[in-house]
Amino acid sequence: MVYDVIIIGSGPSALTAAIYTTRASLKTLVIAGIKWGGQLMLTTAVDNYPGFAQGIQGPDLMLAMRKQAERFRAEFVDEDFSEGDFSQKPFRIRAGEKTFEGKSVIIATGADTKWLNIPGEKEKIGKGVSSCAPCDAFFFKNKKTIVVGGGDSAMEEALVLANLADSVTVVHRSETLRASQIMQDRAKKNPKIKFLFNTEVVKILGDEKVTGVELRNNKTNEVSKMDLDGVFVAIGHVPNTMKFKGIDLDEKGYIKVKDHTRTNIEGVFVAGDVHDSHYRQAVTAAGYGCMAALETEHWLRGQE
Amino acid sequence: MADKNFTDQNFQDEVIKSDTPALVDFWAPWCAPCRIVSPIIEELAKEYEGKLKVGKVNVDENPNSASRFGIMSIPSILIFRNGEPVKTMIGAQSKENYKKTIQEVLGG
Repeated sequence: MVYDVIIIGSGPSALTAAIYTTRASLKTLVIAGIKWGGQLMLTTAVDNYPGFAQGIQGPDLMLAMRKQAERFRAEFVDEDFSEGDFSQKPFRIRAGEKTFEGKSVIIATGADTKWLNIPGEKEKIGKGVSSCAPCDAFFFKNKKTIVVGGGDSAMEEALVLANLADSVTVVHRSETLRASQIMQDRAKKNPKIKFLFNTEVVKILGDEKVTGVELRNNKTNEVSKMDLDGVFVAIGHVPNTMKFKGIDLDEKGYIKVKDHTRTNIEGVFVAGDVHDSHYRQAVTAAGYGCMAALETEHWLRGQE
Repeated sequence: MADKNFTDQNFQDEVIKSDTPALVDFWAPWCAPCRIVSPIIEELAKEYEGKLKVGKVNVDENPNSASRFGIMSIPSILIFRNGEPVKTMIGAQSKENYKKTIQEVLGG
């Protein structure tokens, strides 16, 4: 069977696209991935998605979006996308052990946690190194933690940790935070949260689990050690573009977009954080998903 | 439900002293990725019935079991054989991955 559209991804852009394509009577398959739902699955309260006056939990929002897409009969595959052949039509998309065929494709794979790539990090993910305070803060009750980063997500991680941890230090490599004023204010007001500026984490210490970090002040080059139990990494995201052979990327590694939703290959559209390095909001991702779906529909109708 | 609830009280008897290997899913209600894994674990419980004891530990209610095995991130899936954890899988993974790991334990 050939689908009218295969959507790769399952965050706000992918699911919004699926709602639009199914409602346009296009046979739609969503390659959702094993850890479906995207970045919002790793958050707590989302206060800037319109329509929820009291805010909504990120995972609840994603579950609702998925149910909405399923209500209009989008099909879901909870397997990871592995490769796509965009050189012939229909396009062939592999996920898990299966290959699916689609007349059109919307790439909405979003972006993943950017890790520090320093010694001691990778092998201690889940052993004191984490990128998800809402998931893991519980295990750091009365413990010492740091959050690496200076943006909104770093502030959120710090605030979540502050509810449980004994101490939270935000370690940021430059002199000023990138986070929005409201998030900075919240974090700075919290008595448990401290800040270390101009400081980089160079090494994560510990054998079985995290016991400390080595820090370097990038102004003075002074190296110091800090004993702690948890390192939460929130330095940004990298777009999930590695597996798209034949699709043009820009100089930063994001999918190159033209006319708002198109890639270099006709019939392959793109939406959300995988091409957007600028806004990166749930609501903009959803908007991009809608745009890509409408353009896909338009393009498919033109092919008939 | 084919999967069991392991607790701080019954962990010793149900898991450590189990004759068959045991798969333990450490989870909590507030953990979104755990919700993704739960249905997979229930399926595995049915598929491996008799060969593998499958159950969940709610870490909120059973902090001792979680800390005893150094759980610092959930979902964490541990497989025990002869009272020892022989496999650890951290974070949501595919059913195929879980099956492969289970097979390594049951086959070996």
